[in-house]
Amino acid sequence: MTKVRIPPTLRNEVGGERELVGVGDTVREVLEDISGRYPALEAQLFEEGGLAPFVNVYVGGEDVRTLDGLETRVNGASMILLPAMAGGAPASPAALGSRRAEPGSAERSPRWTALRREGRATHCPSLLRLPATRRVPGRDAC
Amino acid sequence: MKEMATYRELLARVKSEIDEVGAAEARERHGDALFVDVREREEWEEGVVPGAVHVPRGQLESRIEGLVPDRSRELVLYCSGGSRSAFAAKALQDLGYENVTSLTGGFTDWKRNGFPVEAPRSLSPDQRRRYSRHLLIPEVGEAGQERLLGGRVLLIGAGGLGSPASLYLAAAGVGTLGIVDADVVDDSNLQRQIVHSTETLGEAKVDSAKRTIQALNPDVEVKTYEERLTSENVERIFGEGWDVIVDGADNFPTRYLVNDASVWHGIPVVHGSIYRFEGQVTVFNPGEGPCYRCLFPTPPPPELAPSCAEGGVLGVLPGIVGSLQANEALKLVLGIGESLQGRLLLLDALGTTIDEVSVQRDPSCPVCGEHPTITEYVDYVEFCAGVGR
Repeated sequence: MTKVRIPPTLRNEVGGERELVGVGDTVREVLEDISGRYPALEAQLFEEGGLAPFVNVYVGGEDVRTLDGLETRVNGASMILLPAMAGGAPASPAALGSRRAEPGSAERSPRWTALRREGRATHCPSLLRLPATRRVPGRDAC
Repeated sequence: MKEMATYRELLARVKSEIDEVGAAEARERHGDALFVDVREREEWEEGVVPGAVHVPRGQLESRIEGLVPDRSRELVLYCSGGSRSAFAAKALQDLGYENVTSLTGGFTDWKRNGFPVEAPRSLSPDQRRRYSRHLLIPEVGEAGQERLLGGRVLLIGAGGLGSPASLYLAAAGVGTLGIVDADVVDDSNLQRQIVHSTETLGEAKVDSAKRTIQALNPDVEVKTYEERLTSENVERIFGEGWDVIVDGADNFPTRYLVNDASVWHGIPVVHGSIYRFEGQVTVFNPGEGPCYRCLFPTPPPPELAPSCAEGGVLGVLPGIVGSLQANEALKLVLGIGESLQGRLLLLDALGTTIDEVSVQRDPSCPVCGEHPTITEYVDYVEFCAGVGR
């Protein structure tokens, strides 16, 4: 039995729970166990069979990317799921620029995901764009 | 009856029990050994051996352990003529310091030999009163306070996190604070953004913050940047020579921009972020530890990253997280303690718990890794939208 801490941004997917208990020897087995009970979670944790790159998973305080990834053995340690949080100074809609997704977009994940695959989705302030003359079309920033 | 000794006899006895060093030999050790000036303040203010720490003889025993915890450190003690430093050296020997010498002839002889002397920077009487609680802490003291007064910290955002961070940094006497924020004070800000007030509603946040900070501490120079940090202005702003950046931004493109620019400028970043009841704090120190991209290579999609404006935040949470950021920034400026480099603190205000996870440098990081693939500013909006992934 492994305790898995759920971040606030994923609690809607698990009925508001702050912590779940999963069964399994490895990170993959534990996450598959809880995703089986909360299918909405699966889409947020996995991407193409692997761990979604924007979710960090810690076992005993260590990032599983520095261990054996999804095959890391849990050995009774507790797990923490952790996506990055942007929050700091809140910005007014005016300051965020027109390209920011509407607040309702949080409920439109499948559409956003589809747009993102096509490279058309954005949720970022327009002022952070480079001028068109300096943009590199389709550049892989990663 | 106990044997009485004259001052001369006592001095001779003490000198026979310690090591002494002449000015020429002390000069050779200058740079390796720590020079400790045990004279009174008035004497010290007239000139010192460069790099010497000042601990008046009367405070030596009580303060030395805080200043020099390592008892094997090589110390050269001096006073004006070599007598008080002899007694001081004996006291430090008795405290277990193994490598202590007293400068014979003292500062007078050092100066007569034409060896380097500098005028000490010194706090004004007003500053000594204002920062008295810092001066009492061995790890800060007068030298530390002077470092703070010469320190330069840039705050990204004058909002929830920037409010407490800027106030505590200003109160601590950090001499120059830069504030980058393009926003104006809105009434929905005042539930947590304590650097602003009802009176400054509608004012630029940088101006509102500057007014509050200067009312708190006129020692602080506030440089305001009423603009949103972008790829276009980041070089100009970061290029103004900052010791530390306190990142309290509210969106991912700015976070990644701050990261890349700070790595390229070699400026440590104290990172804080908040959402509802939870906060994250860490330190990214370029060249020393991981960067933001090592921790979060990819920003989450928007449904996993609502801003505080969308999801809300408990008013006191940025107070806690921003104060932790101020603490880290102060330690970095002072060069003391253990920073949060390589550790991410996770705060849960609802359960009142603090967890810690380790953050390691990623050798394949595109910005700070062994073979960087990002070497100039990218389009951070496209990057955060996942274009090209």
